[in-house]
Amino acid sequence: MAGLSGRFSTMIKAKVSKLLDRAEDPSETLDYSYEKQLELLQNVKKGIADVVTAKKRLQLQTQKHEQAVVKLDTQARQALSAGNEDLARVALERKTAIQNELQGLDQQVSELENQQQQLTDKEKQMRARIDAFRSKKEVIKAQYSAAEAQVRISEAASGVGEEMADVGLAMQRAVDKTENMKARAGAVEELEAAGTFEDLTQLGEGKDDIDRQLEQFTSDSQVDDELAKMKAELGAGSSGGGQLEAGKPEGGGGQ
Amino acid sequence: MIVRIATNGQYRLSDDHATKLNELDNAAVEAVDAGDEARFHELFDQMLELVRGAPPLDGDELEESDVILPPPDLTFEEAGSEFTGEGLIPG
Repeated sequence: MAGLSGRFSTMIKAKVSKLLDRAEDPSETLDYSYEKQLELLQNVKKGIADVVTAKKRLQLQTQKHEQAVVKLDTQARQALSAGNEDLARVALERKTAIQNELQGLDQQVSELENQQQQLTDKEKQMRARIDAFRSKKEVIKAQYSAAEAQVRISEAASGVGEEMADVGLAMQRAVDKTENMKARAGAVEELEAAGTFEDLTQLGEGKDDIDRQLEQFTSDSQVDDELAKMKAELGAGSSGGGQLEAGKPEGGGGQ
Repeated sequence: MIVRIATNGQYRLSDDHATKLNELDNAAVEAVDAGDEARFHELFDQMLELVRGAPPLDGDELEESDVILPPPDLTFEEAGSEFTGEGLIPG
């Protein structure tokens, strides 16, 4: 069954033939292939380290997000009890945006965990194949005539070559995914930095860029619900309830 | 027949299973052609399951695969360039 049409099988086959065409003399091919195998094994180890680093970064970001959620919630309450509903709304919008982001982060962390596991398995598999290849070529050399040995060894080299190409593919996909996540994590960090949540009091009527970006993935109704709930809680709990019904504060909080 | 799941490993499929795989493969091409993403993933999952049910090749077996399935985390977009014409398996 030769006519494989899939892109991935073509990619793998192409890499194998490139690997084997490298040298005319089969014994050279062997040495070259063996060197490549060891090189690749090193790369896989590096790839695993990258994935672990990315995972740790995302976990750290998760913690920061969780802290920000608590902080924004407190700030929204404070703003509301001071009668500044607009400000409370902004804080809740940001909180919702960060909560959405948190859900995505959880998924990404577990995806990276999968990647890590997969690459670790691959590394083991590759190691076994390399060992097998090394002993097989010695056995073949000892058992067969030179011409026959050439054929058999190049068969074995194709097998191990396919494994190598496949490890390469697994690596590439892991790296691509990790890069995507890093880029996304970086963008969120920038967003956070630009929004410096400490400065909520300085936000007036006009909304800045960050607010608009945040609103894109904020569900308004969720914010409305939370605001209403918070109002009810504050209204029930404190004596200054009447003040809060007033909707928009006159001052607007802008400077 | 030796089948590799790209980025996973190699398995030795019986003729019966190979025939079944070919049927799923052809159906997957139809699903891709129809733009039916859910149906495609369902079929692709069945293909992976079928192959994973077969005995895997030992670490010291150095054999080329007859068929290479795309990686399990294949997206529908990527599937467009995999499952076309006769699919992964001719016929």
